[in-house]
Amino acid sequence: MVSELQQRMQESFVEHVNEEYIMDCMRCGFCLPACPTYMATDQDETHSPRGRIALMKAMRDGDVVWDGSIEEAFDVCLGCRACEPACPAGVQYGTLIEETRFAVQQVKPQTIKEKGLRNVAFNHLFADQKKMATTIKFFHFYQNSGLQKMTRKIGFLDLFPPFMKEMESVLPKIKSKQNSPVSSQPKLTNVAFFTGCLMDTLFQETNRKTIVLLEQLGAKVHIPKEQQCCGALHGHSGELDKGIQNARANIDAFDSDDYDYIVNNAGGCGAFLSEYQKHLQSDKHYKDKAARFSKKSIDISSLFVKLGLNDLLKTGQSDNESIVTYQDSCHLRNVNQVFHEPRTLLQNAPGFEYKELIDAGSCCGSAGIYNLLQPEMATRILDTKMKGVKDLKPTIIVTSNPGCLMQMQVGIQREGLQKEMTAMHIVDFLFNVMGKNKIIGVELNV
Amino acid sequence: MEEETKRKFINIVGVKHVKLTQAQLLAYSYDATANFQAKADLVISPKDTEEIVEIVKLCAMERIPIVSRGSGTNLAAGTVPTQGGIILLFNRMNQIKELDKENLMITVQPGVITQEISNYVEEHGFFYPPDPSSMKISTIGGNVSENSGGLRGLKYGVTKDYVKALTVVLPDGSIVKTGGKLAKDVAGYDLTSLLVGSEGTLGIICEITLKIIPLPIHKKTGIAYFHSLEDAAETVSAIIESKIIPVTLEFMDRGTMDAVEEFMGLGLPEDAEAMLLMEQDGDIELVERDLQTMIKIAIEKGAKATAIAASTEEADLLKTGRRSALSALSRKRPTTILEDATVPRSEIANMVRAIQAIAIKHNVQISTFGHAGDGNLHPTCLTDIRNHEEMRRVEQALAEIFEVAISLGGTITGEHGVGEMKAPYLEWKLGESGIQLMKQIKQAIDPLNIMNPGKIFAKETKPRLVIQNG
Repeated sequence: MVSELQQRMQESFVEHVNEEYIMDCMRCGFCLPACPTYMATDQDETHSPRGRIALMKAMRDGDVVWDGSIEEAFDVCLGCRACEPACPAGVQYGTLIEETRFAVQQVKPQTIKEKGLRNVAFNHLFADQKKMATTIKFFHFYQNSGLQKMTRKIGFLDLFPPFMKEMESVLPKIKSKQNSPVSSQPKLTNVAFFTGCLMDTLFQETNRKTIVLLEQLGAKVHIPKEQQCCGALHGHSGELDKGIQNARANIDAFDSDDYDYIVNNAGGCGAFLSEYQKHLQSDKHYKDKAARFSKKSIDISSLFVKLGLNDLLKTGQSDNESIVTYQDSCHLRNVNQVFHEPRTLLQNAPGFEYKELIDAGSCCGSAGIYNLLQPEMATRILDTKMKGVKDLKPTIIVTSNPGCLMQMQVGIQREGLQKEMTAMHIVDFLFNVMGKNKIIGVELNV
Repeated sequence: MEEETKRKFINIVGVKHVKLTQAQLLAYSYDATANFQAKADLVISPKDTEEIVEIVKLCAMERIPIVSRGSGTNLAAGTVPTQGGIILLFNRMNQIKELDKENLMITVQPGVITQEISNYVEEHGFFYPPDPSSMKISTIGGNVSENSGGLRGLKYGVTKDYVKALTVVLPDGSIVKTGGKLAKDVAGYDLTSLLVGSEGTLGIICEITLKIIPLPIHKKTGIAYFHSLEDAAETVSAIIESKIIPVTLEFMDRGTMDAVEEFMGLGLPEDAEAMLLMEQDGDIELVERDLQTMIKIAIEKGAKATAIAASTEEADLLKTGRRSALSALSRKRPTTILEDATVPRSEIANMVRAIQAIAIKHNVQISTFGHAGDGNLHPTCLTDIRNHEEMRRVEQALAEIFEVAISLGGTITGEHGVGEMKAPYLEWKLGESGIQLMKQIKQAIDPLNIMNPGKIFAKETKPRLVIQNG
């Protein structure tokens, strides 16, 4: 007797998970060594891309009955998409896991608490930049009022899972928001800045420095006011429809012939922005606009390189050779194939010797909000990552995404290495290097 | 399987090392072979030979099939548990135990990834030549059980040429150690050779001692592009005839080149019908001389363009492209079914021609690549498993390829194994007395038929085809 839930779940998989994409997988296993969860589980095929695709197919075909073990297999996926460049068959795994999570979300009974959380997060917070800003203002108050110190002191955070606690203690200090271009003289390259909801709030300083550096490199920076969260977090969590609503809003906000580039400084956002085209390919009103948007979308490192930052860095001279290393943002690397550009910038940074971190291209375990949802697996993956860090002994670990940045900071703290090293966003790192070496004529406000 | 029996397995290895959930059993229900899938009752990860003995004894007592599985890259359904039972994993038996520099031997557990062995010995200046295309994923235990080949087979042979000693748990739970770290050993039947390539049907391999050789000082890679498949095939024969034994003579046709190009973006020309990848290693003078000669022969045979890889990185990219050929081909159609027919090297041009004719005759899409220097081709049918009419034509075409290969003095499988997929065709190659002898060996060692049942030997042999000449 097939239960009603099973029947609805199977129908949902049939409706939402693309069979042709599933059939692209010929199960050769080339994805296995690239998958961090497969490697972290002593090679458990259940936690591999090949295994998950087989489970998607089995759900569609009715070969398995929906249960906790199947749900877990999909939940444990980081969504890092390291399997995609490793796949000779060109399987679109990222799309498949997003479709799967969407299919599950349509049917899965939710507890009232989970419903409430999801509602706040996806229908309000990440859907509306203003609400995000208000929430963050509260957070700002929490940090500044001494309340944070107090809650830390009395161990209020002990009530949270341990990983939450570690995460909370590495949250950056928030300064009050003032995002206006530093210079207003006419420039050659017109750049529209996608500020990102986290980057625009928790990492506001980084955004300010992004603008300063771009302007110093001769770009005119525009910040379209109507922009929203990119939608990636929705997409990764089974709320793709809401992610696509955000996509439409952003496409409208950035739809101007004046912009040469639409730049972002968060790898996770960037990948989703570049895939607006894919998500809206069957929307006749937005199809062309989405293609234009995705084409102009670029990450900050690539744009820095295009605007000649490497040549500028080379003019700097300094003997102090500290070691700097780089932890890839999975989506920047695996979806946008950008891994060379940030490395060249670091290699040219005066005062630093660049050394490659072992398995730098493999996920740190942050993966959006994965570290909050799957703290045990995230920690296991992070601890493996930190082994490589300890061998390399860098002074600075540079990242290209806020999630990775916080995760590496947690890793440093877990190992008790706060005195020896720190993690930095690539923009903050370059800003400091430029300032210290007085590379640009204008004194930078470090 | 009874709950009681499951508990017995759990008691042997501990609850953490048994997989029982629906998702887990589904995730171990396949390997890389299209159209084969079946769930086991339980998946188990022993930590050592002693635990394997306990598991095998329990299976013998309860008549439970055991399927040994490495990374599940098998291409003949050899690791699909089609008769149920348990899947035995080696993910906890993945240590390199000893590098013996005096005897040029390395001893490993079956779960070590092949690439790891290769990297490890090369760090010490040694060389383990067998390099199946899946070596980044496959385990050495899987390679030994399948007697895997690779890209370097022409000069260096295949896995069996390197296996010197094995520790094996037999179906009754007894442990046998075969061979030794010996250059010579004729003490009785060569059990090591019998077990290599036995596809998990005779026993469980628990430890492997492999021969290694000094790492060649120098290597160089060349490529030649051709107007036709035949020109490429004739170049292969001419190279071998000229007394050169290159490390690698790999072949890809137009369709394969397209697929690889789409994946890797190597810049392969769009107007060539076939390409050869040629590699030689050894002393610098020999390498240079042989590579020049091979390029010269290719040009004489009508190559439209030739090139020599400028760097090791470039050569590695080309080889990676070739290694990914099969998976890359699956971009083109939903289902890829590949064959492994092998003929004497001298027949390679005839075989290539026959495959082209068969594809046209049955109206199926076949792309061919493979180890041309070994006479080992991988004609790959690109099809859609959901289209039953097309699948029937594919099956006919593949059967005809087997038939032609055998008529040219070849075999139905060169390096992928018989598994369940090719079992119905085995008798075509072996004849009735050949298959009887093999069945008697199986019966003598595994009378209860618990070791990977349903593999190698089919219930029924396919009726042979009548083939007209041409």
